[in-house]
Amino acid sequence: MVDMLTTTEPVAELPGGERAAGRVRALGTARFVAVKIGGGLVSLLLVVVLGFFLFRALPGNPIRSITTDSHTSIEQIEKLRAEWGMDEPLPGQFVEYLGDLLRWDLGTSFKYKQPVGDLILGRIGPTLLLTGAALLLALVLGLWLGTRAAWRHGSRFDRLATGTSLVLWSVPTFWLGLIALMVFAVALDLFPTAGMTTPGGVDGFLPAVLDVAHHLVLPAVTLTAVTYAQYLMVMRSSLLEEMNADYLTTARAKGLTDDQVRRRHAVPNALLPTVTIIFLHTGLLVSGAVTVETVFSWPGLGLLTYNAIGFPDYPLLQGTMIVLAGAVVVMNVLADLVYRLLDPRVRAA
Amino acid sequence: MSTGAGRIAWARRRRAAGKLWRDFADSRSGLVGLAALLGIVLIALLAPLWISADDLSVIKATGGILTPPSGEFWLGTDHAGRSVLDLTVYGARVSLLVGIAAAVLSVGIGTIVGMLSGHFGRWVSAVLMRVTDFFLVLPALVLAIALSTMLERGLSTIILAIGVTSWPSTARLVRAQTLTIEARPYIERAQALGGGHPHILLRHVLPAVLPLVLANTTLAVGSAIISESTLAFLGLGDPSKVSWGLMLKQALDTGSVTAGAWWYLLPPGIAIVAVVLSFTLCGRALEIVVNPNLKAGRR
Repeated sequence: MVDMLTTTEPVAELPGGERAAGRVRALGTARFVAVKIGGGLVSLLLVVVLGFFLFRALPGNPIRSITTDSHTSIEQIEKLRAEWGMDEPLPGQFVEYLGDLLRWDLGTSFKYKQPVGDLILGRIGPTLLLTGAALLLALVLGLWLGTRAAWRHGSRFDRLATGTSLVLWSVPTFWLGLIALMVFAVALDLFPTAGMTTPGGVDGFLPAVLDVAHHLVLPAVTLTAVTYAQYLMVMRSSLLEEMNADYLTTARAKGLTDDQVRRRHAVPNALLPTVTIIFLHTGLLVSGAVTVETVFSWPGLGLLTYNAIGFPDYPLLQGTMIVLAGAVVVMNVLADLVYRLLDPRVRAA
Repeated sequence: MSTGAGRIAWARRRRAAGKLWRDFADSRSGLVGLAALLGIVLIALLAPLWISADDLSVIKATGGILTPPSGEFWLGTDHAGRSVLDLTVYGARVSLLVGIAAAVLSVGIGTIVGMLSGHFGRWVSAVLMRVTDFFLVLPALVLAIALSTMLERGLSTIILAIGVTSWPSTARLVRAQTLTIEARPYIERAQALGGGHPHILLRHVLPAVLPLVLANTTLAVGSAIISESTLAFLGLGDPSKVSWGLMLKQALDTGSVTAGAWWYLLPPGIAIVAVVLSFTLCGRALEIVVNPNLKAGRR
């Protein structure tokens, strides 16, 4: 984890004059933003290439998988190949695929017989709701517990918090979900077992919101449980690195209370590396969402991916893969930009 | 003369191994993890002695459907009347096999990429690190799903899918270590004596990064086992091989979860947690032994 911290740009010397410094800084910022966005675009292109490679160029291409166990005539195979443009050479296919992608034409789902682009757009909302709620909960819980554990490191609270994180790290997300499902939805009957809304719907705006919230509790708590432990560990080690810093001794010598030293001096500095790592780990959140949505039948992109596996629905799988991976890349570019806003040392460079 | 030098080298290696073991034995949690692992591996290897193919067959099952734990079936039976205890014990074989193989593959790729990028620098390093960073942030599970749907179902596909999606963190770790080692004078001496790239990489850098790689592999097995069970749970595993992920998938699919069959749900999950936790405890203890940064400062 420490190796991720080195993404900070080296601090350059400030040039002499104030105005010159300002101009250099503005130029530096423009260059920094351009480089980061450029890098992000390259990553997005890599995602797109990966999607093409996985679903078109690999030996087990869709047509072969579909036609292996059924009796398909050569004419039928040729027809299918022509339909998906697979009778053309690979470079030609790639150009066509790129053009389609830019027009948000991701093909037609085998299973739902609908455009993949529309299916995905319809499922983004629920996934954002679930991951957003879980991320917020996990951040608050992880940062708070991590701060407490580091501030009193070696204490019983610290050992308990670290031990719990270690165990939760070893628990598969889907199993935790199944346990929650059995205990809280089946045995105690406190929460619904599946979906995002009560079948048949409820009347009125407020009851509808409460209904969704009621369905959200179990999936969100499960996703929180498996993600907060990482934030806790990152925050803990980040704060521990600051613990022996001289400026904390100064702050104490000034007569600040223990609480003030922690909140005003130590935590803000420890937060910086934590923020980057949290954004870097968005991929883990997305992976977790896929399994949680499967367990609780939450109608988001993860459940869509799961439904595509069983069929197997290649255009749909390709679409969800590109969208999920693309979202993670965008989040990381944002993290780099936010980091620059937060850290004065990087801003001055 | 050469045998004398060899004897000295071996004596040194034995001493180093002895010290490694003593340092490791200082960590109580590491020892607990190691003992648990040895026990689990032993049970997994000996399982075929008392569990036959008939016990695992859906057709030849003898028990009732979803019966709670009893004297005959200590952990109850599943939806087809098979003993959950037998299934859980037998499932360890697939989970351990896939977990260890995938971790070795992943750490192998990571070590090669990390060493090459650390050693050659310049554009080789730039390109390799760009690719590493790209794969580091991507959701590994989503990639593994795509990969395993496109290839033929089977254990080797799962191993491949986990191995090629989880190497980037190892690559970064090994690269950092390679850079540290190559800054030391003895590498310069080896270069001055005419050692080429293969000589430096294989005879000097590799032995120096190996302890770190070993600790990393131990930790990687844990996450590979979780990935394996997740992929099996999503229906991408080999349906003919009993594994913990497959058991949990069947528990959900057959409605055993909503029927409240806790004896079907708990054993495979607890088994996963126990194995992963043991590997993690061992790995962390090893990491502290081989990584001086961790020993001195942070805990």
